[in-house]
Amino acid sequence: MAIKKFITGNFYDEAVLFPAVKKVRRAGYKVHDVYTPFPIHGLDKELGMKDTDLHIAGFIYGITGTTTAISFIGWALALDWQINFGGKPFFSLPAWIPIMFELTVLFSAVGMVLTFCWLCQLAPFVKKDHFNPRSTDDTFVMAIECTDKTNEEEAIAFLKNAGAQDVQAQSRETGWWFGRYDRETVQFGKKVAAV
Amino acid sequence: MSLNRYESQVREPLVEGSKDYHQITEDICRPVEATPSKLWWVGFIISVGLLIFGVVSIYMDVTYGIGQWNLNKTVGWGWDITNFVWWVGIGHAGTLISAILLLFRQGWRTGVNRAAEAMTIFAVMCAGQFPIWHMGRVWNAFFVAPYPNTRGPLWVNFNSPLLWDVFAISTYFTVSLLFWYCGLLPDLASLRDRAKLKWRKFFYGVASFGWTGSTKHWQRHEALSLVLAGLATPLVLSVHTIVSFDFATSVIPGWHTTIFPPYFVAGAVFSGFAMVQTLLLITRKVLNLEEYITMEHIDVMNKVIVLTGSIVGIAYLTELFIAWYSHVEYEWFAFRENRVNLNSPYGWAYYLMMGCNVLSPQIFWFRKMRRNLLVTFFMSILVNIGMWFERFVIIVTSIYRDYLPSSWSTYYTPTIWEIGFYMGTFGLFFTCYFLFSKFFPVIAMAEIKHILKRSGDSFKENMEKDENETLESFEHANAHH
Repeated sequence: MAIKKFITGNFYDEAVLFPAVKKVRRAGYKVHDVYTPFPIHGLDKELGMKDTDLHIAGFIYGITGTTTAISFIGWALALDWQINFGGKPFFSLPAWIPIMFELTVLFSAVGMVLTFCWLCQLAPFVKKDHFNPRSTDDTFVMAIECTDKTNEEEAIAFLKNAGAQDVQAQSRETGWWFGRYDRETVQFGKKVAAV
Repeated sequence: MSLNRYESQVREPLVEGSKDYHQITEDICRPVEATPSKLWWVGFIISVGLLIFGVVSIYMDVTYGIGQWNLNKTVGWGWDITNFVWWVGIGHAGTLISAILLLFRQGWRTGVNRAAEAMTIFAVMCAGQFPIWHMGRVWNAFFVAPYPNTRGPLWVNFNSPLLWDVFAISTYFTVSLLFWYCGLLPDLASLRDRAKLKWRKFFYGVASFGWTGSTKHWQRHEALSLVLAGLATPLVLSVHTIVSFDFATSVIPGWHTTIFPPYFVAGAVFSGFAMVQTLLLITRKVLNLEEYITMEHIDVMNKVIVLTGSIVGIAYLTELFIAWYSHVEYEWFAFRENRVNLNSPYGWAYYLMMGCNVLSPQIFWFRKMRRNLLVTFFMSILVNIGMWFERFVIIVTSIYRDYLPSSWSTYYTPTIWEIGFYMGTFGLFFTCYFLFSKFFPVIAMAEIKHILKRSGDSFKENMEKDENETLESFEHANAHH
């Protein structure tokens, strides 16, 4: 990941954040992300994000679990090694429903969590930059990415005007890297203090 | 009234005191960041002591065999399976609170869900010990897994409720753990970003998986929580249903009952909530979290206790009625002679169960009692004792006198190693809970912040402005154009 320049601003109230997002986007700035300490409903729509398809993945994992259970149990008990339980049919579907259900849930849950971690690139020993440590405490941090066309001073003034506080320009490497939070990180030979 | 008024008219605030977001972080992180109190050390050392007792008991069991327990040919399931069902039942409240109440949009769950989910995970860990060590030759435990083996391959019996149980409980444990940990990620990130000490930065840095609070991540996180809740809801109901199948699909009088699944599930929720009360009453006091786990929370949970206790009571009476009404001689004998008859060896256990589970929770019909901490604490212990005896009554009184009087068991009492094993699971449970309350935030910070503006005390005071707002200005401010 390349090192890019960002203008970051801190918002203290959702009521200020929402109109600010609207204004910043309308003015043509590229909002890199908004970091919040808790989920804010509607903010994803305001930032122009699409709905996530994670639940569809969950459904697919779920039916994979059901299919795995029924095909394996069916094969094991009705084809591979038939055991006569009191003359009942070898293919005794009702008795398999509990395990089919459990595997559906298991596959779906495990698959979804792994997919979630993959999509968000979350894992132990992964380190990311989120501009301001207060964004996991009490404020909402908006980061505007500076492109070739962005005038830095203008952007800072604009963000201040929209209600942001502690507005500043920061050079950061986006994305993630392997690292520990108790150590300073060397990014492309440039030292950045641990947040 | 304006549309912007997001305050309920009838409900009390879920977060008391004038709080802002930062104050919430401070309050909930304080016990994690402070050095543990003397009380914590005392509790922790007692727990570890009990755990060691349990380990020694298991050592005796494995070295000298199941003969160390007082089980015999007639009473093949005694304390071990009683304890197993008891712990699994306790493990039901956590996921019920976090999953079913999430689907029902119950705001009060946010104050208690984290601790209740942790309790679930620890309780299921304790429950799992009993069937595993009861196998005797525990080194063959992996035989329950359907893997290609040199015995044929001979597969496990997928038609057996005992195998369903293996799948149900391991799935339940896995899903509960994932659900709990996903919820923890943002809070661990909060702790990480506040950390001053090097080891804290390292520990919470690794544990938080590099969570940042990005909007897209939150969107996925919300979707994940919702779907996991949707999956966990039938899962909770299935687990104790399947545990009840261990008994209900057999032909033992007293076990062969169609009412078992709903009866067991209600009992599980009942005992689980009692254990949540026990733990949270202590936790809120010791960690100074009375403003987050409020009287309202305790009141609501006591309502759940009286509801589920009454369902359990109806199940007891239905079961008894049907035993008589069915005219099945053996079934009626099991109920009349082994349970209801106070002069029978275990008659006392039946009345203890009835008293603790059916009669005593009825005092929670009174609001004053629901809001009395001492009564609530006492009741939570009483319910847990009662629910242990319910499982004991179901298991032992059904099998200690079988069809052939010559094989009727003498009075079954546990040996010291059976008691030690049970005490050991208490040790495991509380050791885990003490460590959890020291190193993890016991209240879901992000979720409390999320409901603060709807249910927080401080924001209710500022409602005046919203009250007087006109529809036009509300629409102007809030409609998406």
